[in-house]
Amino acid sequence: MATKKFRCKVCGYVHEGNSAPDKCPICNAPASEFEEIKEGKSKLDTNSNVYTIFYASVMVIVVAFLLAFVSSSLRATQNKNVELDTKKQILAALNIRGVKDAEAEYNKYIKADMLVNEDGTLTENTGAFATAYEKEAKENNRLHVFVAEVDGQKKYIFPVYGAGLWGAIWGYVALDSDKNTVYGVYFSHASETPGLGAEIASEHFQGEFPGKKTLEDGDIALGVVKYGKVEKPEYQVDGISGGTITSVGVNDMLRKCLNSYKSFLTNNKEE
Amino acid sequence: MGQLFSKKNKEVFSTPIGSMNNPVTVQVLGICSALAVTAKLEPAIVMGLSVTVITAFSNVVISFLRKTIPNRIRIIVQLVVVAALVTIVSEILKAFAYDVSVQLSVYVGLIITNCILMGRLEAFAMQNAPWESFLDGVGNGLGYAKILIIVAFFRELLGSGTILGFNILNYNPIKETGYVNNGLMLMPPMALIIVACIIWYDRSRHRDLQEK
Repeated sequence: MATKKFRCKVCGYVHEGNSAPDKCPICNAPASEFEEIKEGKSKLDTNSNVYTIFYASVMVIVVAFLLAFVSSSLRATQNKNVELDTKKQILAALNIRGVKDAEAEYNKYIKADMLVNEDGTLTENTGAFATAYEKEAKENNRLHVFVAEVDGQKKYIFPVYGAGLWGAIWGYVALDSDKNTVYGVYFSHASETPGLGAEIASEHFQGEFPGKKTLEDGDIALGVVKYGKVEKPEYQVDGISGGTITSVGVNDMLRKCLNSYKSFLTNNKEE
Repeated sequence: MGQLFSKKNKEVFSTPIGSMNNPVTVQVLGICSALAVTAKLEPAIVMGLSVTVITAFSNVVISFLRKTIPNRIRIIVQLVVVAALVTIVSEILKAFAYDVSVQLSVYVGLIITNCILMGRLEAFAMQNAPWESFLDGVGNGLGYAKILIIVAFFRELLGSGTILGFNILNYNPIKETGYVNNGLMLMPPMALIIVACIIWYDRSRHRDLQEK
C-alpha cells in the first residue's frame, strides 16, 4: 500500500517501491535522476465539470473586478489627458503644433468656446469643456465653435467628425474671419492603415488645406477628391493614393459637419 | 534555482531571436500582423516591443496558473489573461503616457489576437516554469520584432522612399534618374513576399530547417 512511484527523468521508466532505484534498468541513469510521482486523493481533479465551471466563474469575476477597478481609478487622470489632447488638436488646427504646455497655449490663443444658435448667432458655452463633439451635436444639439485670435486676427475653429475605413476619424477646421478661407486643419484617426489612410494625420496632407475656400454659392465646396482629379483647385484637395476610402471619409466629414454650421457661416452680421 | 541562466534557458531565449526557431519564419506565427503594421518602420518597432512585453508577461501569468487550468477551457483562460493584460496596460498608458497610448491604440486589438501570444502560451507556458516562460516570451517577442523591422525597413524604403519618416530616396539626384517609389510595396501582399524571401535566405543558410 505504501509504495511510492518514481519516474526516471531520462527515459521515463517508472519504478515502484519505497525509494528510487540505484540505477535505472533501462538507461542506467543514477538515482538522482529519479523523481517521485506524487498522486493521491488530495489532488484536485482539474478536469471535472464542477471544477471547470467554478474556475471559469472565478476567473471572470476576478478579471471583471480588476478591469473595473483599473478603469475607475484611472478615469480622472485619463479624462484630463483627453481634455489636454483635445486642446492640443484645436491648437494644431491653428498651425500651432508640438506645444509643450497645451493648457497655457490654449488659454493664450483661444478666446471663447461658443455655441451656434439656430439663427446663426453665437452664445457663450457655459457648460464644461467638451471633448466628444459628435455626441454634443447629435444628443445635446450643441454645435461648438472656438473663437481664436492669432496675431490680432480672428479665427473660427470647427470640430468635425466622421468615419474612415476602419474606424472613426475626426479633426478641426480653422477658418479666417471671413468664414470662408481655410486657415488650417487638423485631422486624426482611430485606426486607419499606416502608410495609407493614416496619412490624413500627416502635416503634409493637412498642409494642402490652408488658403482653400469653403463656400461656393452658399454650399460647402471644400473637399477631398481622388489623387490627381482636382477640378476646382480653389476648393478641392488631392486625396491620398491608396487611401481612397479614408480620403472620401474626410470629404464626407467636411461636407456634413461644416454643413451643420451653415447658418453661422452664411450669417455675415457682426456680432 | 541558481540556474537562472543555464544553457537550456539561454537556448530558450536565443533560438527564437536567431533564425533557428524564429516565431515568424519557422513557427509561422504572427503573419497577419506582420502584414498590417509593416508599411512604416515606426509602427513596426512599436508593435514589436509591445508584443514582446505582453508575450513575456502573459507567459509568466499562464505559467503560474498552468497546474490549475482545466484542460477543456485552457484556450479561453489564455485569451482572458491576454485580453485583460492588454486592456490594463493600455488603460495605464492612457493615464500616464497619453501620447504613447494614442500611437498604440491601433495595435491593441492586433496584440490580443496575435497568434504568437496564443502559440507560445499553448506550446511553452503551459508546460514550463515561470522564469523559462518569461525568457521564452521575451525571446519570441524580439524574434518577431526583428522580422517586423526587416520587413518594414524594405517596405518603407522602397514604398515611400523614407526611413522612420526621414527622406532618403526622394532627393533630386535620384529623382532625376526617373526613379519612382514603388507603391506596390505599401500593399499587404508585399510583406508576405519579403517574409518569404527571409525564409528563403534562412533555409538556404541552415540546411536543418529544410524539410526532407
